[in-house]
Amino acid sequence: MARIEVPMPQMGESIAEGTVSKWLKQVGDTVERDEPILEISTDKVDAEIPAPSAGILVEVGVEEGETVEVGTVLALIDPEGIALVDTTPDKTLEPDLAEPSLVVTRTLDVSQSAEERLRTRSTPVVRKIAAEHGIDLANIVGSGHAGRVTKQDIMAFMESSGATGADSPTISTARARDGVPIPSEPSSLWDSFYKEVQHPEYPVRPADQVEGMDKMRRLTAEHMVIAKRIAPHVHSFIEIDFSVIDRIRTLSRSRWEAQNARVSYTSFVAWAVSRVLRDFPMVNSVVSGNNVIYRGNVNLGMAVDLDPGLIVPVVHDADHLGLIGIGNKIVDLAGRARARKLMPDEIQGATFTITNPGVLGTVVGLPVIPKGTSAILGIGSIEKRVAVVTDQQTGTDVVAVRKRSLFSLGYDHRIVDGADAARFLSALKEMLESFPEDA
Amino acid sequence: MNSPHRSLAVRELGTIEYSEALELQAHLIRERREATIPDTILLLEHPHVITLGSSSDYAHVLLDAGELEKRGIALFEVGRGGDVTYHGPGQLVVYPIMDLKPDRKDLHRYLRDLESVLIKVACSFGVQANRDPSGTGIFTELGKLGAIGVRVSSGWITSHGIALNVSTKLDFFETIIPCGIRDCGVSSLERELQAPVCMTEVKECMVESFKQVFSS
Repeated sequence: MARIEVPMPQMGESIAEGTVSKWLKQVGDTVERDEPILEISTDKVDAEIPAPSAGILVEVGVEEGETVEVGTVLALIDPEGIALVDTTPDKTLEPDLAEPSLVVTRTLDVSQSAEERLRTRSTPVVRKIAAEHGIDLANIVGSGHAGRVTKQDIMAFMESSGATGADSPTISTARARDGVPIPSEPSSLWDSFYKEVQHPEYPVRPADQVEGMDKMRRLTAEHMVIAKRIAPHVHSFIEIDFSVIDRIRTLSRSRWEAQNARVSYTSFVAWAVSRVLRDFPMVNSVVSGNNVIYRGNVNLGMAVDLDPGLIVPVVHDADHLGLIGIGNKIVDLAGRARARKLMPDEIQGATFTITNPGVLGTVVGLPVIPKGTSAILGIGSIEKRVAVVTDQQTGTDVVAVRKRSLFSLGYDHRIVDGADAARFLSALKEMLESFPEDA
Repeated sequence: MNSPHRSLAVRELGTIEYSEALELQAHLIRERREATIPDTILLLEHPHVITLGSSSDYAHVLLDAGELEKRGIALFEVGRGGDVTYHGPGQLVVYPIMDLKPDRKDLHRYLRDLESVLIKVACSFGVQANRDPSGTGIFTELGKLGAIGVRVSSGWITSHGIALNVSTKLDFFETIIPCGIRDCGVSSLERELQAPVCMTEVKECMVESFKQVFSS
């Protein structure tokens, strides 16, 4: 009679072999289907290998400690050893059960064949559920191996009989399952889109030099890819006149020097942003699943160029700091960032980011929104430009030289609309162009 | 997405004896196999204990029985993969009791997923940890930060799992050759950050990372 082979199973795509670490059953032992008969180990995993069929373990082909390839026959089981069932091996039962002809209503008076008894076999849980609800397991067509009734089968059976009335005939759970929509899993497209970042590789040419990315570069690379994947980026621009701010800087210079305060243009922008953000909660928010988290704090990430590298220390609760406070904090953070002396919480928790590539002369940028936030402000170079302004005394338009800068706001279009961004930028412009002297 | 397969129960056990955790796992494996519980992760710490996995070499335990007893370190031989390791206070141990059927039946993938969880947790504390082709677990420049050793029982039910050094006193690792790798230092989140780290926060991150990795 046919003996059933127990092969070394395929335990994973990249697993080609395994080592038999322990035989749990010996030749001559009776085994139940699914009962562990041996243990194998592959690098960091120990795994139990269950019997594919009930029977008697008649041969063991591999010694403990031996390493064998996937597919190698580890043992043979003689299914005839079971007293419970008839002589038909499980193997031949399976295809029959898949035939629709067998998927029929069963009634209590059908005499119990060997096949029936096999059917009745089930886990203790299933038997418990059956006993509690007065269900005869012979009434259920099992979808498990050789028609075993699984927990899902009995649950589906109870559901279907509950829905159609107690007297209605039993239906095949396999059939019922076909018709019922399965809750949607994320599509594979979605899955592959969001899984870990992988950077494609390119061939190296003779004159090239190949270097591994350092830790910071790797992190940055990964963050940038993820940030761009997640948020649909849109950018809006506005031109800001720095005349008023320049005047304040000139007037306050000696006072600030006496206080040892360092108030850069960026400090003015950070101060104004932290105030304006209060009126634009969506700009200080983040999309999280199907929700929007409106942040209760205004924590400004300030991008710092480390040349090479970039880090974004955070001015926490910037809206509670005065202009000088923000100025000093930025100088402190930037200094320690360059000295690599930031604490972990000083680079976390940003709710909005400011980046200032303008100091290096670029006119305008399209910054990437850091993940976990919904907007980033880019400051372009602040430089003297020819502008048309209205002479306040005569009311006529005149050409004047003014210090100006183009600001760009990158925003997550899922939560920030174009009009929101425009209103935010206009409010920021107004704040900066009529900067309060007591800030 | 709401299928029972995907839901994840979390049990926080505080500090429990190794033997007690073994019994609990055996019990939960049965329950998980019978689908009376959902995928479950156990979060806990152990008192000082050295465990030997199935590929362990006793030579990797550097103290004799008397010395171990003197130091209050228990010794267990267990049915998980991997070599010798140490568990103790300040180390967050996570035992996932999960059914890898039907779509996760790949042991290597499972190991890589556990590594992803550890990397995410480290990352949320600003610590960059990486996989290392030479072995399972996660590593920083200072050494091994998180260890992995798992068992898959009949029916693709997982047990044992991962150990992340949070504020572990690392001298205890000197009593063994961790995972049989000589010249491999060990590290902890606190060593990486040179600052105290709150275990509760690490646990929160751990749960969050598990959900992220195992719900996708």
